[in-house]
Amino acid sequence: MKIHIKNGRLIDPKHGLDTHADLYIAAGKIAAIGSAPRDFHANRVIDASHCIVCPGLVDLAARLREPGFEYKATLESEMDAACAGGITSLACPPDTDPPLDEPGLVEMLKFRAQNLNQARVYPIGALTQKLEGARLTEMAELRDAGCVGFSQADAPITDTQVLVRALEYAATFGFTVWLRPQDAYLAKGGVAHDGFVATRLGLPAIPTSAETVALATILLLARETGARVHLCRLSAAESLAMVRTAKAEGLNVSCDVGINHVHLSEMDIGYFDTNHHLVPPLRGLRDRDAIRAALADGTVDALCSDHTPVDEDGKQMPFGESEPGATGLELLLPLTLKWARENGIPLSQALARITHQPAHILGLDAGHLAIGHAADICVFDPEATWIVASSILKSQGKNTPFLGYEMQGRVHATLVEGHVVFEGEENGQRRR
Amino acid sequence: MTLNPQLNQDGALKHLLTIDGLPRAILTHILDTAEGFIAVSEQEVKKVPLLRGKAIFNLFFEPSTRTRTTFEIAAKRLSADVINLNINASSQSKGETLLDTVDNLAAMQADMFVVRHAQSGAAHMIARHVAPHIHVVNAGDGRHAHPTQGLLDMFTIRKYKGEFHNLRVAIVGDVLHSRVARSQIHALTTLGVPEVRVIAPKTLLPTGVEQLGVHVYHEMAKGLKDVDVVIMLRLQNERMRGALLPSAQEYFKYYGLTPDKLTLARPDAIVMHPGPMNRGVEIDSAVADGKQSVILPQVTYGIAVRMAVMSILAGN
Repeated sequence: MKIHIKNGRLIDPKHGLDTHADLYIAAGKIAAIGSAPRDFHANRVIDASHCIVCPGLVDLAARLREPGFEYKATLESEMDAACAGGITSLACPPDTDPPLDEPGLVEMLKFRAQNLNQARVYPIGALTQKLEGARLTEMAELRDAGCVGFSQADAPITDTQVLVRALEYAATFGFTVWLRPQDAYLAKGGVAHDGFVATRLGLPAIPTSAETVALATILLLARETGARVHLCRLSAAESLAMVRTAKAEGLNVSCDVGINHVHLSEMDIGYFDTNHHLVPPLRGLRDRDAIRAALADGTVDALCSDHTPVDEDGKQMPFGESEPGATGLELLLPLTLKWARENGIPLSQALARITHQPAHILGLDAGHLAIGHAADICVFDPEATWIVASSILKSQGKNTPFLGYEMQGRVHATLVEGHVVFEGEENGQRRR
Repeated sequence: MTLNPQLNQDGALKHLLTIDGLPRAILTHILDTAEGFIAVSEQEVKKVPLLRGKAIFNLFFEPSTRTRTTFEIAAKRLSADVINLNINASSQSKGETLLDTVDNLAAMQADMFVVRHAQSGAAHMIARHVAPHIHVVNAGDGRHAHPTQGLLDMFTIRKYKGEFHNLRVAIVGDVLHSRVARSQIHALTTLGVPEVRVIAPKTLLPTGVEQLGVHVYHEMAKGLKDVDVVIMLRLQNERMRGALLPSAQEYFKYYGLTPDKLTLARPDAIVMHPGPMNRGVEIDSAVADGKQSVILPQVTYGIAVRMAVMSILAGN
């Protein structure tokens, strides 16, 4: 199969490429950029007029809900959603049921995902058995089965000695440990940010210190053990300042934030809107602005969808009992573009946060365009607008704070290894 | 979503979910209407036919005696048919969701739901869900709101003090967990009370409580000085288990209302309590039964205020 993507604006943040050029794909790889290779006869031509052609997106956190939560989502539905969102590689956290703590489970997930021939799935293995925070998993075996890192997802490690040992053991093999900093005791029972909105609505609160206290511990132990740590879903301004300092001191850490937290704050909870019940909680406006600034200055390495499909019943509950999380695979790109537009961030810099930078955290040679490399491509129209509606979302999860919002930026085509895995319908509105 | 979910398109009260965000005119209208119902309660035949033929469901997902009873009496004095449901024991334990329960009861031709639930926001959720002709009254949701309690407290204050614009009011105790305190604070500030104080140890105050428009005190000696109204909050025993307080004894010593501490307030100050009281924990019996206490009149006025709320909702 030979594909010719013509008339597009090519952006490759890693190589500083931003130019109008055609892309030629053969045998699943990028064959040429600019002019066609000798004797190239395309089987297919994709017209990318008005569109941007960039590396397929890399998402650091997408819950596919398999195994165990198939009533919330299935691999089929969520892989469709990923491709519709221009995502070609994604990492999935280990909080399935059972958790990804045994090689067999990881192999099965990889096998199921590969058979779908869609986006590439990179499982994050459980750091401790059953995510209970007590006994280490067989990390080396899990790596051999396909895990690219180890995490507790949202489950706590309350015993700090276990945390030290997990970091030491992972460091032995050079594995990256992914941690979302949260002190289990300080966050106990909380469902919303400890601020004015939780006070007014009478919602049990999670203070900022639940994140910063745990983060301070992790940073100290990362330094002591030499483990490579990736910090997930930071939510507070103070946390970002701490990471900025740690990075300046040369500590080997990286971090990401979720797309919802870039745009929303506690104020958006309104009258107990459960679509805004997220983990970590939406924090203050000051925190949201600090997240946007840290994304811009590079303190935050990657932006992720934090895709968490929840079934309707899980959200039709009083706020405190409702299930946290939001669907996000199909919103990662438009919400990244929204941030870039609002903050005057160059497109190439914005795309870096969802392409080669997350790929680097995963240890993948992905998220960039180079001749001879796998043709994982996202073609999107940056001007096309669409309204977020449950009927449009391919994900089985229809829960998002952005329901009813107009998004700008729509995926036109997604390619994985030179195969077209998604093609958009022409129903978006173009903005003049 | 940004529209006030309690008001209809004409700005009239459709549901009563919280005092927060209600205009002063609506609060005053409820209090004025309640005034008229006091007389009904003193008649020999304590009934008016305002809600004849209406079905009011008391949906109590959390145990309550006093609130449920006063709602029941209020509805019956308005000639409504009242159905009491204590739900924590039945359907919820069978796994039926809250909204399924509501749908089933709505199918029995309900006109009004009076809802109490342990989760903040439960009444809002039900109000969003029900058919347009059904009214919802929040009878207490989690830590969020207990608007009829807040209103009956305002009614009591107005009865004894006449006006709101010249008062100092102190609310003492567990504001953190109290839906009553939140409703009182919104009602007092909306009705124009110039100085609302909260008095409590730091463990029992929510973050940023000043932003609700109150002055924070940690000492009774300072906080009670020259106040016109003292509102005591109930302290639940479980607070001692959560490391919020060391003991009931120490709490009583520093934050319990004794005759001695009450002398700091103005001589004509009134003492209120939403009940049920813990004598010897937050309030001394000598105060609870003393001449400044208006705790029992609060209960009586509660019926008139609930009659007012239900009749106004049914009329809108």
